[in-house]
Amino acid sequence: MDARQLAGGIRAGRLEPQALEEGFSDLHPPYDDHEALVAADRCYFCHDAPCATACPTSIDIPLFIRQIATGTPEAAAKTILSQNILGGMCARVCPTETLCEEVCVREVAEGKPVEIGRLQRYATDRIMARNIHPFERAAPTGKRVVVVGAGPAGLSCAHRLAMKGHDVVILDARAKPGGLNEFGIAAYKSTDDFAAREVDWLLGIGGITIETGRMLGRDLTLTELTSDYDAVFLGLGLGGVNTLGIEGDDREGVLNAVEFISELRQAGDLSALPVGRDVVVIGGGMTAVDAAVQAKLLGALNVTIVYRRSQARMAASAFEQELAQAKGVRIICNATPKGVHGNGAVREIEFEFTDDDLTPTGESFRLPADQVFRAIGQSLVTEGLPVLAGRKIAVEGPGRTSLPGVWAGGDCAAGGDDLTVTAVAEGRDAAEDIHATLMR
Amino acid sequence: MADLTSTFVGIKSPNPFWLASAPPTDKEYNVRRAYEAGWGGVVWKTLGEEGPPVVNVNGPRYGAIWGADRRLLGLNNIELITDRPLEVNLREIKAVKRDYPDRALVVSLMVPCEEAAWKAILPLVEETGADGVELNFGCPHGMSERGMGSAVGQVPEYIEMVTRWVKQNSRMPCIVKLTPNITDIRKPAEAAKRGGADAVSLINTINSITSVDLDLFAPEPTIDGKGAHGGYCGPAVKPIALNMVAEIARSPETRGMPISGIGGVTTWRDAAEFMALGAGNVQVCTAAMTYGFKVVQEMISGLSQYLDEKGVGLSDLVGRAVPNVSDWQNLNLNAISKAKIDQDLCISCGRCYAACEDTSHQAIAMSPDRVFTVKDDECVACNLCVNVCPVEGCISMERMDIGATDPRTGKVVPAEFGDWTTHPNNPMARAAE
Ligand SMILES: Cc1cc2nc3c(=O)[nH]c(=O)nc-3n(C[C@H](O)[C@H](O)[C@H](O)COP(=O)(O)OP(=O)(O)OC[C@H]3O[C@@H](n4cnc5c(N)ncnc54)[C@H](O)[C@@H]3O)c2cc1C
Ligand SMILES: Cc1cc2nc3c(=O)[nH]c(=O)nc-3n(C[C@H](O)[C@H](O)[C@H](O)COP(=O)(O)O)c2cc1C
Ligand code: SF4
Repeated sequence: MDARQLAGGIRAGRLEPQALEEGFSDLHPPYDDHEALVAADRCYFCHDAPCATACPTSIDIPLFIRQIATGTPEAAAKTILSQNILGGMCARVCPTETLCEEVCVREVAEGKPVEIGRLQRYATDRIMARNIHPFERAAPTGKRVVVVGAGPAGLSCAHRLAMKGHDVVILDARAKPGGLNEFGIAAYKSTDDFAAREVDWLLGIGGITIETGRMLGRDLTLTELTSDYDAVFLGLGLGGVNTLGIEGDDREGVLNAVEFISELRQAGDLSALPVGRDVVVIGGGMTAVDAAVQAKLLGALNVTIVYRRSQARMAASAFEQELAQAKGVRIICNATPKGVHGNGAVREIEFEFTDDDLTPTGESFRLPADQVFRAIGQSLVTEGLPVLAGRKIAVEGPGRTSLPGVWAGGDCAAGGDDLTVTAVAEGRDAAEDIHATLMR
Repeated sequence: MADLTSTFVGIKSPNPFWLASAPPTDKEYNVRRAYEAGWGGVVWKTLGEEGPPVVNVNGPRYGAIWGADRRLLGLNNIELITDRPLEVNLREIKAVKRDYPDRALVVSLMVPCEEAAWKAILPLVEETGADGVELNFGCPHGMSERGMGSAVGQVPEYIEMVTRWVKQNSRMPCIVKLTPNITDIRKPAEAAKRGGADAVSLINTINSITSVDLDLFAPEPTIDGKGAHGGYCGPAVKPIALNMVAEIARSPETRGMPISGIGGVTTWRDAAEFMALGAGNVQVCTAAMTYGFKVVQEMISGLSQYLDEKGVGLSDLVGRAVPNVSDWQNLNLNAISKAKIDQDLCISCGRCYAACEDTSHQAIAMSPDRVFTVKDDECVACNLCVNVCPVEGCISMERMDIGATDPRTGKVVPAEFGDWTTHPNNPMARAAE
């Protein structure tokens, strides 16, 4: 423990560069060839395999693992990518413990699943390292489709459309494509600029142009897009962030977890990135865990996640919760924020204990805090969009919205989990439907 | 994606992977699903003559041996030929062939050793539109007790005679399926050729008892306290099958005769190995019985990737390794290697040490801190350490340079080839010309 870690306030350089590098290295390091073969050998090649059913993109998992086992990881990659073009990112970020690996018959029988995610990474890394793009475009159809949002949903949709022979333009408000793959996913899940490399590789199909800095609603309207293009896909994600709605929410030092993470993801030099000594994260999902763990890895002394219901109801998986706790993050449950206190900047945050139905107990406590992250959910910025269902765009079947010629998928569309893999599946399925509609 | 289209004795199929005559091909339901899963062809489960069909046992008909993690390595069976009526099979064959004209459909036959029996069944098969017939001279249990199957396959004269009947009484391509339960596989292959066979297929199953129940004191599978030997197949039989295929492929008498390779084909690599040793296509039974019809997808993708990476066509692969299958006496005794342990990969388990120290040439040294190194002055390059090492690629054989001195013999590694035929220790040595 040295003075830099003890120093109060939001400051940079709390840890040595080497400690930073170690902390932010791969959460699940890649397999070497031998490890991959040993892991692949454990797969039973189940019939109508539960893992494949659990995968939102329905990857033929037994087949790809068998292809690894027989020494053809490139063929394995093709099996993966033909269902999920962002199979490389999904291998890194999917909560496999609640998807494929949860239902692996060996998890059920022995408590030790085949490590599907890491095997998927082994195969997809291989094909990307060899710079193979295993798909070809069909003959040009002469149709033009615009995709708004270069996140997983938009990229997956664009790739499938390009493969079918359509010309695709992707518009994104940000300066870089990738969506949350580039700006949101925890740094230790996507190391070595993987998100950007994957986008470059994906564009290898041809027929896709990306225009960054172009924002729907600011620079163009949906009406313009529907008249200029044969079809529109909206993969906007959730741009807004829910506020705490309590006194002091606007104090200096209180910020959105997603912004903290996005700054961290874009930082060239982590030792120049400031973080508080006493960090409090409010929320119970993946974003809360990611913000807390990364704050800790940057050198924050005390990091606490405060969630308003019981730990069992946290949206973050058990694995994610354990990861946070293993990194030294404290998790307090059944506590609702009541006020952010301080003299200008935040110094303390006050909570009241609640039961699982959020009924206040009257018992309250304060935590010292020089930095507070809001991680209580993102929301859709909804102006000028098709009809909503709740707070997201209403869709029917493979992403059809209320407007003819307009499809939507990913986080901005109602239904489905807010996961990278779900966004990929929805983008792909919408592309198939767009194709079928345009070629009718 | 390489072109896997295959033509075998004039029979076309979209890939060289056929299901062997066995339970997977016993009925229309199976064969349709097999084609849908991607199999290029099937050899229908062996048909017998008209009349009441054979009956099977009503207890266990399979036994097995397993490797680590209960991976099935060898399967043994006491099943007979089809136990469904001939006319039902023929009707189904006709229906399937009509719906899948692009897939190979060959019908396996086994009827008594009388010309009349063959004359009777051949037109019935021809009428279904099937692409050819395979003569089952291989089944080693049950049917052989009745003078059929391997009882025919073990007598070259019978093979020749029956094959001739078939060729005289039918226009269909005729594949003769050989039994491995014989000392020299070339003899039945030669007999088939003399009889006019278009091809041979091999191997059928090997006589076997997989295990003994040590409480009942009976071989397994056990039926009411007794067991009979069965036929062995699966990954464990592949080495035996590969050798037999190679023997036929390189024998001057049978060279060039089309071969359908069978026996333990489980992955694309197994198939490629059979083909390199001269098989024009492969047939699969146990892998499908273990993993389901879907296994063929890995075989297709893997073989296709291999051919693409090698930049060769499927037909270029066939027989490519045959010229390198040699007799022992022609191996180069002047090619001298030494084992080398990659210390970065070594996990210090010591298995190589135990193997070499206890059973080989005492050529591996072990230090007190468990570093294992090869003693070049003792190593005869037998390869045992490579084979027992659990880490692939950790121990390798390194060829010594010409002109270097072998520390074991103190002799210089010669540049020229030298085999046993010219070796001074060989009393029959011929002087090098
Ligand atoms: C911090 C964090 C961590 C996460 N961790 C994981 C994880 O580990 N595993 C996992 O599976 N999921 C994780 N998720 C969820 C996952 O990132 C999302 O579900 C996924 O990215 C949704 O993809 P999308 O394409 O719908 O939207 P996004 O990835 O959000 O992409 C939307 C894109 O649209 C652009 N855009 C938005 N509005 C406009 C506009 N008006 N005009 C033009 N462009 C616009 C944005 O700039 C963005 O590039 C995490 C999310 C967050 C916030
Ligand atoms: C249960 C069973 C039944 C078989 N029945 C036949 C048969 O009726 N006719 C035949 O020619 N071969 C039969 N065979 C042998 C197979 O066709 C094949 O030659 C053998 O199993 C080796 O291939 P494999 O290692 O891929 O299983 C049978 C094999 C099994 C396991
Ligand atoms: S596989 Fe099992 S269930 Fe099916 S017939 Fe054989 S013994 Fe019966």
